[in-house]
Amino acid sequence: MMTLRVNGQDHTIDAEPDTPLLYVLRDDLQLNAAKFGCGLGQCGACTVIVDGRAVLSCVTPLVLLKGKQVTTLEGLGSVSEPAPIQRAFMEEQAAQCGYCIAGMMMRAQALLQRNSKASDEQIRAELAPHLCRCGTHMRILRAVRRAARLMDTAELLPAQQGSAR
Amino acid sequence: MTKAGIFRGIIAVLVVGAAAAAFVIVWRPAIAAIEPAAQQSFAPDLVRRGRELAAMGNCHDCHTVRGSKNFAGGRPVRTPFGTVFSTNITPDAETGIGQWSEAAFRRAMLVGVDREGRHLYPTFPYDHFTNVSDDDNRALYAYLMTREPVHAPARENRLLFPFDLRILIAGWKLLFFHPGTYRPDPTKSAEWNRGGYLVEGLAHCGACHTPRNALGAERANASFSGGDADNWKAYAINAQSSAPVPWDAEAIYTYLRDGWHPDHGTARGPMADVVSNLSEVPASDVRAIAIYMADVFGEPAPERKRRGEEAIAQAKSGAVEMQMDSQGGAIYASACAACHEGGRPPPYGGINLGLSTAVSDPDPRNLANIVLSGVRPVEGERSPIMPGFASSMTDAQVTALLNYLRSRFSSQPAWTGAEKTIKDARGAETAFLQTSAGARNAPADPAQRAKP
Amino acid sequence: MNAPFDLDRRQLLAGGGALIVSFSLKGAFAQDQGAPANPARPPPGSLKISPYLDSWIRIDADGSITVFTGKAELGQGFKTAFQQVAAEELDVPFASLKVVTADTKLTANEGYTAGSHSMQDSGTAIQNAAAQARALLIAEAAKRFDLPAKRLKTENGAVIAPNGRRFSYGELVAGDLLHVQAASTSKLKDPATFRIMGKSVPRVDIPAKVTGGAAYVQDMRPAGMVHARLVRPPSYGAELTQCDTSAVEKMPCVVKVVRDGNFLAVVGSKEFQTVKAMKALAAAAKWKETARLPKQDDLPSVLSSLPSQTSTIFERSDPTVTGQKAIEATYTRPYQSHGSIGPSCAVAQLTDGTMTVWTHTQGVYPDRQGIAEMLHMAPENVRCIHVEGSGCYGHNGADDAAADAALIARALPDTPVRVQWMREQEHSWEPFGPAMMTRLKASLGGDGKIAEWNFEVWSNTHSMRPGGAGCLLAAQEMEQAFAVPPAKPLPLPEGGGDRNAIPIYTFPNAHVVHHFIPDMPLRISAMRSLGAYHNVFSIESFMDELATLAGADPVEFRLRHLDDPRGREVIEKAAQAFGWRKGQTAPQDRGYGFAFARYKNLAAYCAIASEVEVNRETGRPRLVRAVAAVDSGQVVSPDGLINQIEGAIIQSMSWTLYESVTFDETRITSIDWQTYPILRFDAVPDSIEVHIINRPGKPFLGSGETGQGPAAASIANAIANATGKRLRDLPLTRKRIKDAIDA
Repeated sequence: MMTLRVNGQDHTIDAEPDTPLLYVLRDDLQLNAAKFGCGLGQCGACTVIVDGRAVLSCVTPLVLLKGKQVTTLEGLGSVSEPAPIQRAFMEEQAAQCGYCIAGMMMRAQALLQRNSKASDEQIRAELAPHLCRCGTHMRILRAVRRAARLMDTAELLPAQQGSAR
Repeated sequence: MTKAGIFRGIIAVLVVGAAAAAFVIVWRPAIAAIEPAAQQSFAPDLVRRGRELAAMGNCHDCHTVRGSKNFAGGRPVRTPFGTVFSTNITPDAETGIGQWSEAAFRRAMLVGVDREGRHLYPTFPYDHFTNVSDDDNRALYAYLMTREPVHAPARENRLLFPFDLRILIAGWKLLFFHPGTYRPDPTKSAEWNRGGYLVEGLAHCGACHTPRNALGAERANASFSGGDADNWKAYAINAQSSAPVPWDAEAIYTYLRDGWHPDHGTARGPMADVVSNLSEVPASDVRAIAIYMADVFGEPAPERKRRGEEAIAQAKSGAVEMQMDSQGGAIYASACAACHEGGRPPPYGGINLGLSTAVSDPDPRNLANIVLSGVRPVEGERSPIMPGFASSMTDAQVTALLNYLRSRFSSQPAWTGAEKTIKDARGAETAFLQTSAGARNAPADPAQRAKP
Repeated sequence: MNAPFDLDRRQLLAGGGALIVSFSLKGAFAQDQGAPANPARPPPGSLKISPYLDSWIRIDADGSITVFTGKAELGQGFKTAFQQVAAEELDVPFASLKVVTADTKLTANEGYTAGSHSMQDSGTAIQNAAAQARALLIAEAAKRFDLPAKRLKTENGAVIAPNGRRFSYGELVAGDLLHVQAASTSKLKDPATFRIMGKSVPRVDIPAKVTGGAAYVQDMRPAGMVHARLVRPPSYGAELTQCDTSAVEKMPCVVKVVRDGNFLAVVGSKEFQTVKAMKALAAAAKWKETARLPKQDDLPSVLSSLPSQTSTIFERSDPTVTGQKAIEATYTRPYQSHGSIGPSCAVAQLTDGTMTVWTHTQGVYPDRQGIAEMLHMAPENVRCIHVEGSGCYGHNGADDAAADAALIARALPDTPVRVQWMREQEHSWEPFGPAMMTRLKASLGGDGKIAEWNFEVWSNTHSMRPGGAGCLLAAQEMEQAFAVPPAKPLPLPEGGGDRNAIPIYTFPNAHVVHHFIPDMPLRISAMRSLGAYHNVFSIESFMDELATLAGADPVEFRLRHLDDPRGREVIEKAAQAFGWRKGQTAPQDRGYGFAFARYKNLAAYCAIASEVEVNRETGRPRLVRAVAAVDSGQVVSPDGLINQIEGAIIQSMSWTLYESVTFDETRITSIDWQTYPILRFDAVPDSIEVHIINRPGKPFLGSGETGQGPAAASIANAIANATGKRLRDLPLTRKRIKDAIDA
């Protein structure tokens, strides 16, 4: 049994300490965004944010997460109140089958939180761990750039604009 | 003549003599500039030979920055004296070596002096290239002069005073540099001698694998006892080797040629570039290097040999009981064992850590680097992928893991200062990751090597 | 007609005035013409196989509208596109409709969502059904208003009289108003008046996908669900000789170990525990392996030496035209993998004699048939419901995962069973895109035009889809195993290995031969664009080789031989948008390439111009930019179309530059992303432009597979232009390019 803080809420998780975070999120917490793509740390579909940094949840066992904060895509926003990254991906229609997208978005979110002025080259380098088989890469890049612009503008707006967590 | 006068005279002579001697030591004449050689004046076979030799010498990797043009220079090399940037060795007339005659090129290789007569920093390993034969230099020249000329002015070195004074290099050379051609050992085989010629010369293994003195020169009495490359440890590759399984000629050959060996691991860090290149030179040359280096390693003592066989047996025997009680053990069992004890053989399965030099070496740097950054895929080619754990593990967690691996998978005394190593590893944005052109034709299952 | 089924659903459907969905059970496949439609003048699209309007459109008394399609959303945006089509023709707001996709209980049998047929078949059916439904609603309103129909108009889901009186659709619907067979023609809206069709509407499925909503079969969590993992054999045809399951059965959370012949699986209440149990079970299993795979690096001679059935599929001759300069070339393609990002998954439950399977198969009806046969159940007692998976790009492991889930669910009645394949299993067991070889010979006349053209292609079939149970892995592995059915070629004009083998160009003498190879040393089936990828790669590479021989510009050379005006326009558009100039030279280390094809010679047209950079020292190829032009007839969603073409170019680039399945004598060895690398962001081009040539009023043309072939050839031609060396063996890897440059 351990307490895991996910999207700002504490949860008591009944799972062995060697359980990868991915299974905890999907099975114990019924969260859909982080996906099983390979379980081997090769494709990025399982990416979430832990203490502000993007991690591959399929190779991050519970034993590493004591006292850390986990953020999933669900924690960033919703359909009615989307975060800048979610708005950007919707506005750019940056998805075909969409299976890889949640992981991409979390990686991008972590990058933009660190550096909202990331260059195109930096974005590409940052997304290197992520695979997309449908070939949506161009739109994903456009969406991340758009999200960066949205986040920059959001900083200038009064706090009541719903964005981030 | 008064005594004072004679004394003054002698001083004057000495001063002039010393100055003359210094001048002779320091000054080098410029060699006349030439018109850039026409490409077709080089025989295709010579150029081809030069290509192989350039791969052997790893020219491309130091003289190219990732994302930029081949051989255009600008790659930073950090030294204790500051940062030196590699030069543009494309045949560009203005910013490259387009105006260098073959004689100028040969002089640079043999004694580390550029066309205009300036001493070159020994970051350019002419202490090794001095051994390159005239024929090989001719081929290298032909190859370099037929590359695409790129206009890219050299970047200013950032060296601490007084090391930014090139004149001091002359002194350094006087103390530490021994020009000359490699002398074969008549008691050894032709293959051994070929290997020695390459290792001591173009392949410049010692440049990374030999420790250096305070003035940055290789310590002649500690050849191959271990050195540095970027923030990686270049392991001892002589009798001081800390590999759990002793190296023999066959293993060295396989490792250098394919980039990995089931009993030793996968070449990563700056070594990945080296094996990448060695996969493209004649196999006979790699074999010669292996023969020579096997001799450098020497025959292992029976006790060492026995421990090596034990390590292999242990690795083959399958999973050992997972130790979940210690933090490091729990981390290993849950984050690492799935690949490292999953039964899938290297290079695509994680190596059994009982066979890994990274765990057995006194220096934990390489293990820290790999745990933090993982192993990145090579573009479009079959290659191992390991996730990095920099984002999911704290320094304390990595430290616990490293210490656990050390105690579980080696019989060596515990590391001290692993925590600092990890902090430094995080901070040191190794030039390798940022600026190198990246390994290509990466380590792969040799059965798949020739496949599309 | 359809009696027993109707009664069940009549009871199930809510709303007294609801129309009942009914459809013909006879038409098992889209091509079946035995449905009760007027065979002389069949209605358009899939209305042929399911002519009742209410099979497609249901309007409830409360006005809610449901559109039914037998096709599946694969990530192409079809749900949205069909919603647009129906909303347009019915004159209702876009948001007032919902779309129900492939479900053997609710929707027509439209076969597979494949072959780029969805728009042509289902889209056309929906468009016409909606238009005819609207006409019937107007007619009913006219009766009630006692006014002529032409004085009424529709707006926002109501029929409105000139005086403003209105009847909502819900009020008009009564009895079986829409239970009529479709007429063979409809009065479709004038494209000039389109409000929704032809506009880019945000896709209805994306919001959930970017906010963590349940969107995929992988997200299903019905109450009481258990997790299952398979232990697949290590190679084709391996036999399970020994497996002591007792230790695994005692592992934590394990519910059951299922073993049936060579089929082996473990079921558990918690997912990660089940994965661990799977590993233990795999370690306990002993197999006898008998597979003998061919030599991977010698596929061309494997292909040419396997027995084949040869047929001439196109012949044209004009003895007055003979060629003077001749060249020939052979092009090859290895086995390639779908490589779906999400390994296959399915949920199945057996309750009250009905097996329900939630699956991302492309064909719910054929998969149902296979599963029913496997389980010796009547097809009516098996229901397959399509739920999205990750992109499949053809026949991947989805159908097999569905069968796996059904087989396990049978052993655990009343329990939802979720089967999730592992990454290695998806890579090893998916049916690959077949290896192919083409041999081309052609000659030029004195006028610089092609005088003679010879094309031969060697290939397996490109479809081993269920259908029969024997196509499903579980059925092959069971004790009472089903044999793999004999391979059959897919008939032209669609074709399989010969898809796009017949050139679209006009040559005075042309001879096209298909060598169909029935033996399948590796498991193969349909992969996006089927044979068209390699055939177009071959034809368009060879056209460039001939253009060089003729000393002609590649674009101009193609136009010389192309009569089709829409094809010509697509070529001209792509060239112009790219900035293609006759006699151009690319900058140092770069090359320009061009290619064109009409998918299947009857679907969408696509031309692609590309610029590629080749690093002379390493051989590394990099697509710098690509400019495409596409004509897909009437465009429903411009953005959806652009998305598909962009995706096609990038996917094809990955196939073309990197991909080949690897295997040794016994086993597939490319089993994960280490050993089967695909494109990553470091190789993504600087830009891709897609220019659409819209044809309002023209039939929809399928565009999901139109880009792959031209992209491959365009890149190959650009590499040849950059390096002066022609590469003909896919994939065009860095090493091959380097060796060609060095040679």
